[in-house]
Amino acid sequence: MSIDTDTARKVAKLARIRVEEADLPALAGQLSGILGFMEQLNEVDVTGVEPMTSVTPMRLARRADVVTDGGQAGRVLANAPDAREGFFAVPKVVE
Amino acid sequence: MNANELTIAAARDALRKGDLTAVDLTMSCLTAMDAGDGLNAFVHKTPEIALDQARAADARLAQGDAPAMCGIPLGIKDLFCTKGVPSQAGSNILKGFRPEYESTVTTRLFEAGAVMLGKLNMDEFAMGSSNETSCYGPAVNPWKVDDRQLTPGGSSGGSAAAVAADLCLAATGTDTGGSIRQPAAFTGIVGIKPTYGRVSRWGIVAFASSLDQAGPMTKTVRDAAIFLQAMAGHDPKDSTSANLAVPDFEAALTGDIRGTTIGIPKEYRMDGMPDEIEALWARGIAMMKDAGARIVDISLPHTKYALPAYYVIAPAEASSNLARYDGVRYGHRAKLTAGDGITEMYEKTRAEGFGPEVQRRIMVGTYVLSAGFYDAYYNRARRVRALIKRDFELAFAEGIDAILTPATPSSAFGLGEMASADPVEMYLNDVFTVTVNLAGLPGIAVPVGLDRRGLPLGLQLIGRPWAEGDLLNHAHVLETAAGFVAKADKWW
Repeated sequence: MSIDTDTARKVAKLARIRVEEADLPALAGQLSGILGFMEQLNEVDVTGVEPMTSVTPMRLARRADVVTDGGQAGRVLANAPDAREGFFAVPKVVE
Repeated sequence: MNANELTIAAARDALRKGDLTAVDLTMSCLTAMDAGDGLNAFVHKTPEIALDQARAADARLAQGDAPAMCGIPLGIKDLFCTKGVPSQAGSNILKGFRPEYESTVTTRLFEAGAVMLGKLNMDEFAMGSSNETSCYGPAVNPWKVDDRQLTPGGSSGGSAAAVAADLCLAATGTDTGGSIRQPAAFTGIVGIKPTYGRVSRWGIVAFASSLDQAGPMTKTVRDAAIFLQAMAGHDPKDSTSANLAVPDFEAALTGDIRGTTIGIPKEYRMDGMPDEIEALWARGIAMMKDAGARIVDISLPHTKYALPAYYVIAPAEASSNLARYDGVRYGHRAKLTAGDGITEMYEKTRAEGFGPEVQRRIMVGTYVLSAGFYDAYYNRARRVRALIKRDFELAFAEGIDAILTPATPSSAFGLGEMASADPVEMYLNDVFTVTVNLAGLPGIAVPVGLDRRGLPLGLQLIGRPWAEGDLLNHAHVLETAAGFVAKADKWW
């Protein structure tokens, strides 16, 4: 499966990574190469094989549905590029 | 011999006997660390923390009940979150990030009295096999044979270089497709990836959560046993952490493997494999046979499909895990221009913060998970993964105790040599190691010899799930038989 420039643009958009228009053809070429490598998987007969969901057979552990932590807004915000009045600040989202 | 050149086992015994203090041992490592800047292994040094921890270790040693790791100076891979200390995962997107919390692994190590010298270089988000994707620039292999600088491997390249050059006694690593074992083999040290679930992933920056596992990188197999003991164990904060007792790994090193069965998988004999790797493997087989093991040829028929399956699954998981780096909660945020909204903030932040290989893998992952391709790529790869795991299960069901393979397809290559190569060519470095992650098994790289240029080569042993003790014992036998004692000549 070959990736064209339009598909590369769409993938970059979905991944939320800005790619300059001039860089799209090279990106498309690299993605095509990697996906071409994956095409080998089509040789494998996977009839009746379930996709692996857990590498070790185990039941996911559960815990009581109670609050175990909290009250640390200052520490949660400590690394934020922009925090104001106890909140993360971002550009305006709603007009 | 300087104290920084000691093994964990020797330092532990000397500390307990009072022949050495943790402060003196730490000072010796700090001196070596500062003299080792040419290796670019340590990227954030923490001498004040180290000396505080060393003083506390000496007080504890004086009480007479100190655990094995008490007073042992370690390097910590930059992927581990360490409270108040930069933890960047080798990425510009986490520049300035100082976690408010401590990873479970480092918490355990510090509770056992271990000393942190600093944080170690690595490929960005552990994505790479040469340490060249790091935002700090590559770590350098202490081994060299001419004027070229060689890669220490990746992604745990800083860990491997630091241990091989005696800047620390041992280091933490992580392994998603070979990132402990490949650098260990390239630098002539020991590296073990434990069974998936043996070591808590909590507080380790996630790459591909179903494959990631932390482990020790050490000078000897005995040190790996001691170090792993201190890292391992159930952690309620990691839902995939196994609630199993941790056996005494060092006690498992009996040196006796008589009557065990070692499998030799024919699919690991790759086309175009260098003669030297083939010869090294044959020597390893002879050593295990001489030690009394039975050698059996086995088949792991889906081996060929492990790399393509891995390069679907790992990027898919990474694209999801790395979605959190959006410039809102931590790390880098791009400077915005008038009119930029939140989407522009995400897109510019991620374009500036992530390097090219990480961007590529996020986009590959995004593609294979996107509507219309999820079944064709992601689900197919997960089906093939189930078959790869079944290959191993069938081998173990037939009585195989351990599997012996090469660790890497070559010895260390030159920094920059792969710069113009196709990304897929770099991925081939993981060809012998990646199956182990897909199957969740323990695997260990052991240094066995030098190639004709004088660079280290290693072999890999693969064990049954949860049988790290038995695996370490086999590795110990191989290590003893190989008698690898060579060290890199100091040039840095």
